[in-house]
Amino acid sequence: MITEPVISLVNAVLFILLAPLAGGLIAGIDRKVTARMQGRVGPPVLQPFYDVGKLFEKENMVVTVTQHFYVLSYLVFMIVAGALFFSGGDMLLVIFAFTLSHIFLVLGAYASYSPYSHIGAERELIQIIAYEPMIIFTAVGMYMVTQSFNVSAIVNSGIPIILYLPGVFIGYLIVLTIKLRKSPFDLSTSHHAHQEIVKGVTTDFSGSNLGKIEIAHWYEYVFLLGVVYLFFGFSPVIAVAAIIIAYFLEILIDNTISRVKWQLTLRSAWLIAGTLGIVNLGVLYYLKGVIMP
Amino acid sequence: MTYLKKSPWVIHYDASSCNGCDIEVLAALTPVYDVERFGIINTGNPKHADIFLVTGSVNEQNKEVVKNIYEQIPEPKVVVAIGICAASGGIFRECYNVLGGVDKVIPVDVFVTGCAARPESIIDGVVTALGILETKRLAMKEKGNETMDKSGSAV
Repeated sequence: MITEPVISLVNAVLFILLAPLAGGLIAGIDRKVTARMQGRVGPPVLQPFYDVGKLFEKENMVVTVTQHFYVLSYLVFMIVAGALFFSGGDMLLVIFAFTLSHIFLVLGAYASYSPYSHIGAERELIQIIAYEPMIIFTAVGMYMVTQSFNVSAIVNSGIPIILYLPGVFIGYLIVLTIKLRKSPFDLSTSHHAHQEIVKGVTTDFSGSNLGKIEIAHWYEYVFLLGVVYLFFGFSPVIAVAAIIIAYFLEILIDNTISRVKWQLTLRSAWLIAGTLGIVNLGVLYYLKGVIMP
Repeated sequence: MTYLKKSPWVIHYDASSCNGCDIEVLAALTPVYDVERFGIINTGNPKHADIFLVTGSVNEQNKEVVKNIYEQIPEPKVVVAIGICAASGGIFRECYNVLGGVDKVIPVDVFVTGCAARPESIIDGVVTALGILETKRLAMKEKGNETMDKSGSAV
């Protein structure tokens, strides 16, 4: 009989080993699909791995020594957040580690002297402020439905969470656009606009430090899509289909909608959290005895 | 295994060109030529770049800028001078403020001829530059090993 802590540990180790591969592949497919949407052939699917491999071959130009520490912390806390999530840990702790890792990225960008880097850091902070309420509501909503913050309990509850939290799910998809650095909310750094100010937060990182940021981003992909899975935890097949559809929608939105200003990003993210999120949670609260088992 | 050849990121700087070569450089990024097929990305940031594309001749005003961008690109790096102005100053070489080609200020690895240079020849120039980039990487690696040997921290 395999005990639960062992399974948790195995899951965490599997996440640490496999998530970069999965995340890199997702990024590669993303770039291919994006290129096809723009009428281009696009790079090979393995291109993100070539890019990161290349970055580790390059000289690591360092503007401030503290950058190493901040970038490494960003990567480590991203791994911690994902590993906690996949080992079935506490959702709130996961969100805490996840936010902390982004704070380290902001600090890393602030550590340099470049004004572009500072603008990027400011925008990254604004993005954190924008998406954070909705992420918290997601965890709270799941608690209200399953009576637990533990990811393992939420997955094993067998409740079709999506039916209770449709508003929260749509809200989560919208902040996912911010998190995946997709247009219209790709303010602090973007996958496309390499020449513009929006490359901001990574301006002063080069070589292996930039590579580490990319790897952390891959871990982030897998974690964020894992949260989508939670909504459909009762049926793995539907869950995987939902992840694929959700990601495809993100790519479509990325390629069809132009970037907005930071004010609109903040407003729309909070408006979504304030309406879809709060209304959904409110209905759940007042109809507790009626619709809940 | 080398990844450098599979993921060359370029930075493009217009020294003082008539914009003809610049348009052709950007044309290479459009769906018709789509250089992203080869992993080539036009970064706007010297710290992310591997290949420095310069168009136009260098003049007194921008020689510092060209030098600055060159110095901010992490090793290994190559410079591709695009168009006849970047090679020799072209029709502007007699001007009072023009120094001449890009090689007057920074070491150039590949010259792409033409006025304006065609997108095909620009892509060809970048591919040639990739070969040079690889030799530079190997040289850098050997040099790195040597310095580590001297300090006794490796081997």
